[in-house]
Amino acid sequence: MNIKSQKDFFSGLMFMGVGVAFAWGASGYSIGNGARMGPGYFPLVLGVLLAVLGGVITFKALVVETVDGDKVGAFAWKPLVFIILANLVFGAMIGGLPIIHLPPMGLIAGIYALTFIACLAGDAFKFKEAVVLATVLAVMSYLAFIKLLNLQFPVWPAFLGV
Amino acid sequence: MDLFNNLALGFGVAFTPVNLMYAFVGCFLGTVIGVLPGIGPLATIAMLLPATYALPPVSALIMLAGIYYGAQYGGSTTAILVNLPGESSSVVTVIDGYQMARNGRAGPALAAAGLGSFFAGCVGTLILAAFAAPLTELAFKFGPAEYFSLMILGLIGAVVLASGSLLKAIAMIVLGLLLGMVGTDVNSGVPRFSFDIPELTDGIGFIVIAMGVFGYGEIISNLGKHESEREVFTANVTGLWPTKEDFKNMVPAVLRGTALGSLLGILPGGGAVMAAFAAYTLEKKTPLRPGEVPFGKGNIRGVAAPESANNAGAQTSFIPLLTLGIPPNAVMALMVGAMTIHNIQPGPQVMTNNPELFWGLIASMWIGNLMLIVLNLPLIGIWIKLLSVPYRWLFPSIVLFCAIGVYSTNNSTFDIWMVGLFGFIGYLFIKLGAEPAPLLLGFILGPMMEEYLRRALLLSRGDWSVFITRPLSASLLAAAALLLVVVLLPSVKSKREEAFVED
Repeated sequence: MNIKSQKDFFSGLMFMGVGVAFAWGASGYSIGNGARMGPGYFPLVLGVLLAVLGGVITFKALVVETVDGDKVGAFAWKPLVFIILANLVFGAMIGGLPIIHLPPMGLIAGIYALTFIACLAGDAFKFKEAVVLATVLAVMSYLAFIKLLNLQFPVWPAFLGV
Repeated sequence: MDLFNNLALGFGVAFTPVNLMYAFVGCFLGTVIGVLPGIGPLATIAMLLPATYALPPVSALIMLAGIYYGAQYGGSTTAILVNLPGESSSVVTVIDGYQMARNGRAGPALAAAGLGSFFAGCVGTLILAAFAAPLTELAFKFGPAEYFSLMILGLIGAVVLASGSLLKAIAMIVLGLLLGMVGTDVNSGVPRFSFDIPELTDGIGFIVIAMGVFGYGEIISNLGKHESEREVFTANVTGLWPTKEDFKNMVPAVLRGTALGSLLGILPGGGAVMAAFAAYTLEKKTPLRPGEVPFGKGNIRGVAAPESANNAGAQTSFIPLLTLGIPPNAVMALMVGAMTIHNIQPGPQVMTNNPELFWGLIASMWIGNLMLIVLNLPLIGIWIKLLSVPYRWLFPSIVLFCAIGVYSTNNSTFDIWMVGLFGFIGYLFIKLGAEPAPLLLGFILGPMMEEYLRRALLLSRGDWSVFITRPLSASLLAAAALLLVVVLLPSVKSKREEAFVED
């Protein structure tokens, strides 16, 4: 059997998986009955529905012809990794990461880290450009979020004690 | 005429130079902050609320109205320019607005959003002034069964938001509903699907999903493509103002959107949220004029209709707010909070006990709306300049503002981890050709739907036939079934044609 539409085949599998997972999770809560629904009732129904829909989508992907096979195509690992990583590092800089004994480094350090890592996701990394961009963003964010809006962000590294 | 007396009273209270200044300042601040990607109207109002504490009540409300409109329009601006919906209603604006911007027509898109909103706001104000009392009766006719059926209708309507496979769109809605289930169950207090993570017991934030799926997913997908086929903007921006042709397309769309929005806004709990979605659905089902751009490719009607519906809905949603005391959405809930700070208890008594305040408020909403047009139409040129920033500078900035916006809503790094996860999921959706707009609607309506389903069946003692024996609910469900058939028919037809060609 060959897959006629890769995109639909895999999204069908995804829906089935997620549906089953939710339904299985919901069955752990009290279900109740129609008149008195427990917390598990609605998610269970939806989970089963999603799994069924996923099944139909997968089945159709195996049967219905498509023009070019609807290939999923290669994953863009480089931007995927760097964008998500930039975001995660920013989070770690703002809040600190006790697991690796990283103290909160604050907003400014976070902005520099985020900008550098995010720039690596682009086509060509230019160090100078990243420095300028990070500085501009840091100054702008400081003025807008800290000075103007008075948001409660840690701005400087915690160990400086400012 | 009562209507004119009332409005005159309202404007007499609100229309002073000082108040106009507050409206302007509020609108300006709201726009400036609301336009930052990742910071929607809710966050903007929350941030600026303290600035109004010291003012006298009417001035405070006027400034808030200005902030509200400014923030909402700022949110639409980011939706159109950088494909980031800051709140539920701009999810729809993103679809065609962003495509218009990519085709160099960001100016007309922004103008359409502004003008449509203003017109809808004016109509909404008049409806509010004229029919506030009788319209409340309509809201009373809606029991839980009717709300549930209305939401089914809304969700079926959301299917047309997607341009691809119908089944996948429905699956995405269900997935959205399920994501909405995460968090503490309001009836039993059981934390559902929270994996013992305390942050998850409050549920997943709308901003987290919207920023992850729309913001990060889109950026990753864009960077993954070769520079030549990247979905960025054409360099030649054609005109800041809608053309004659645009106006011809826009005007009926604005009228339809306004009518739908005014009607749905009256229903407390979800009505106003659905206005934008419903308006888009309606437009997509209205035949294209010859030479018109298809929906999803940058049709101006796809911007004008939901934006007007949203604004009309926001205006008429004051009816349930002021008469029943039920805020229709989170933004309105904040406004209620602001009112109580100024010693105004929303409810039926406001209209009779405090008429100058009630009508002053209505007049101030209109003034806020007016300020929006005055302030923002000249600003369109500046926003457009933003688009000329090269993508290699723009995307790290968007990532940063998303991260800051997400963090600032709860001051919690957990939300940043979550937005990373949803960024990955969003990229996966793009790769699998599953469109995210229906998912977001499902996510918003999920908890409400469950609540109404539970209430309806509790009242009927578990008898499911309540949905078809109550006439209003039955007709809503019939409309949903009809809509499903209408949506299904073309796809059946095109499949047939495909098969025919292959023979």
